[in-house]
Amino acid sequence: MSTLVALARAQAFAEGRAQPIATVRHLHVHDHPLVLIPLAMAGEANAPLAVLLGTSVSAPRLLAVSQPRNRDERFTFTADLADAVVPYLASFGEGATEAVPVDRGRDVRHRFVDAPQVWVPNPGGADFLRLLGRSTRFRRTDGDHPVPASVPLLGQWLTWLAATAEVPGSAMLPNTVQALAMHWTTGQSAAEDAHLGSLFAWITGGAAAAREAEAGPVAGPATDPEFDNKILAPLINSSDASSGSGLSEVLLGLLMPTWERMWHSLDLLRALPEGARVGSRWDSDRDAYSAFVAHLEEDGTPQPRRDGAVAAAARLQRLENAAARYAVQRAFDDPLVMAEHRLTGAAFGGTVTLAKADRIDDTGKRPVLRPRIMVATTEPVRVEPGAALTSPARPSQKAKVISVTPTPTGSDVLLELSGGMGRKLVAEPGSVPAVGEHLLLTTLSEAYRPGAAFPDPADTPWTHGGPPSAYEDPAEAVA
Amino acid sequence: MNRLDRLRGTGPGKRHNARTVAALTGNPGCSRRAVLDAAGVDKVRLAEHIGFPGSFGQSRFALARGNAFEAMLKADDCALLRSTLGAYVGGYEDLGADEDGTLSARHARTRALLLDASEGLVDHPLLTLEVAGQTVFLEPDLIAYQTGAQLQVVEIKSFAIIDGQADGTAVSAAAVQAAVYVLALRQLLGDDRVSHEVVLVCPENFSLQPVAVVLDVRKQLSTLRRQLSRLASVSALVESLPEALSFDLAQPPAAVVAALSAVDARYAPECLSSCELSVYCRHEAAGSTSALGRPVRDALGGVATIDEALALASGAASPTPDQAEAAALLRAAQRLRDEAVAVAPRPRGEAL
Repeated sequence: MSTLVALARAQAFAEGRAQPIATVRHLHVHDHPLVLIPLAMAGEANAPLAVLLGTSVSAPRLLAVSQPRNRDERFTFTADLADAVVPYLASFGEGATEAVPVDRGRDVRHRFVDAPQVWVPNPGGADFLRLLGRSTRFRRTDGDHPVPASVPLLGQWLTWLAATAEVPGSAMLPNTVQALAMHWTTGQSAAEDAHLGSLFAWITGGAAAAREAEAGPVAGPATDPEFDNKILAPLINSSDASSGSGLSEVLLGLLMPTWERMWHSLDLLRALPEGARVGSRWDSDRDAYSAFVAHLEEDGTPQPRRDGAVAAAARLQRLENAAARYAVQRAFDDPLVMAEHRLTGAAFGGTVTLAKADRIDDTGKRPVLRPRIMVATTEPVRVEPGAALTSPARPSQKAKVISVTPTPTGSDVLLELSGGMGRKLVAEPGSVPAVGEHLLLTTLSEAYRPGAAFPDPADTPWTHGGPPSAYEDPAEAVA
Repeated sequence: MNRLDRLRGTGPGKRHNARTVAALTGNPGCSRRAVLDAAGVDKVRLAEHIGFPGSFGQSRFALARGNAFEAMLKADDCALLRSTLGAYVGGYEDLGADEDGTLSARHARTRALLLDASEGLVDHPLLTLEVAGQTVFLEPDLIAYQTGAQLQVVEIKSFAIIDGQADGTAVSAAAVQAAVYVLALRQLLGDDRVSHEVVLVCPENFSLQPVAVVLDVRKQLSTLRRQLSRLASVSALVESLPEALSFDLAQPPAAVVAALSAVDARYAPECLSSCELSVYCRHEAAGSTSALGRPVRDALGGVATIDEALALASGAASPTPDQAEAAALLRAAQRLRDEAVAVAPRPRGEAL
């Protein structure tokens, strides 16, 4: 945790209110999200007890298993859930597409103009969906225990959604706890923030309300043991005989506070201005969605239980790139996040004291425009000559550090600029910082990172298990 | 009546188990927990008595499933467990019975049975372990599996292993518990008689089909050894306490709270998931930077209280020489935070 966020935590404690740690919203918030609160049956391996879901705050829909230990009921439940969720997820794949130039404009590909966004209360909720996807995507629609075709389809969708949630910056399966914690910090520990009711109350009510909320209903997927023993157990035992035992009312009462908090949290997030680079990350999400819709249409094989060696390595690299890009983009979008980097010396702010905008470097084959500027700063500068810096105000321009000279008040940094000034030997107006301009410079870079070259899966070396076997129907016996 | 009995008062004593030993090593600097556990105080009732109840219950559904899984494995002379372990030879001996009166007899029998070294499964052995200068009895819910020259600890757990992966916290808790058993068994039989590899038997995927996986607990063992040796000798700690001190629940809550404050606690947010008294300790620690979590305390330069950190950040307090570095960092952070909030774009609506 950065000192800046830690300080905000201390302030939140002193004031008894959550403090903002972001000045813009770092997350795309959909106009028509699906909010989904899963609840698991204690003691079973990821067996669902209930799900409260809907696309409007005024229309929550409860799906519940009245006898969770009854396998048939659980299958009916998954079929109902599939009928409620899959149409929403698939609907954006029937919408309009837009053309995106690829290969430097020599070709185009199409992607859907919108993608789904499913909100769960906490990371545990996303994990629950991942395992629910795992338990349903290999189910057979024929044979001994056939399920409707929508069930394995739901499994594939959930597996895919849960995989996107691991990509830093992706917003197709966000969770409320992390989304709120990214923008506000409370006066309690991060472990206590995991309780949605408490975190939400810190933001909307204050410290005292948060303590009260702690005793309130949990946001799932695990239920409170007290609730299991005192309320749920008698209801489930009695529902053996009759179905109308009041289970739905109890579950609704348990889930409704979380439901309202989640929708209110969406409003809180929407009230923040969106970060400048949030849109481009949503574009990537739409790309991923379009690719998955295409996969379902063309091939439709369920995701393997485990990735093959090449696929796993490629995925890891994508995740690492996404994490690095996300960290840089948030800093560029938000001065409060950038301040954390200034504190550690990865960025510094200063004033331009000298500028030679028309400097030409003609030592090479062709003369090139290489203006130099001097920036005076009072902040610690932890960069070496030769390092390449960028400024969030001019992301396409590179500034090479020529020298760092200590002064009585800080340092003078001499920089040589390249790029982002037009194609001529005279810089476009405004593209070179003028004397007196306040400038923020950082070692963080948005530059494109080329992906590593991985072998074709068919050429997986024996050290990594050899080529993965072709897809075969991993029909699982119903145990 | 010895000192520990007086500390506990009139209530019946709680014995250590692998879970409490594991938790003790999780926060070895906490004298309060060490003293309360040594005296066998019922911390759940203590917390309720002073008005800070925690919720440490277990769902009956989870218990039922755990019991069903274990019963299934042990049915028909452990037929299913044997086929999971590949242990077809030898007998099965259950030392069961949770009674205080028979402790030493059962311990002797455990010892004889395990030293005998004939192949087979021994259920519910009664073990002893030295914890902070005290000998505690452990009644592990485990099976010792004797094969040839070595003994293996077998733990039956009801969390699922799905595609070779299980919940990380559950596995690490199981590994630490198993390490406690290995340590206790080694004290009884000698180091090389007990394997550092333990067997975890769990349901596989979404069924009740058992699967056995081998865990190497050498790392947990060395952590456990180191922390047990570091645990301040509880006897010395107890000696240093006032003569009349007692946590007897027959006293009014205020008197119990006063008694608690005589023994130092070291609260950290992690306590909330493992210690029954944590809600009270959190209340007591409010205002300290460590109550916000260790990373926050470190990021604030190790300053002890929140007020002090804020005063240093705003420049209202002048730092002591050893706080100089932390104070410079805090002031820089405050300046950057103020600057960034000032230039920030205004929210569209009224968010709060």
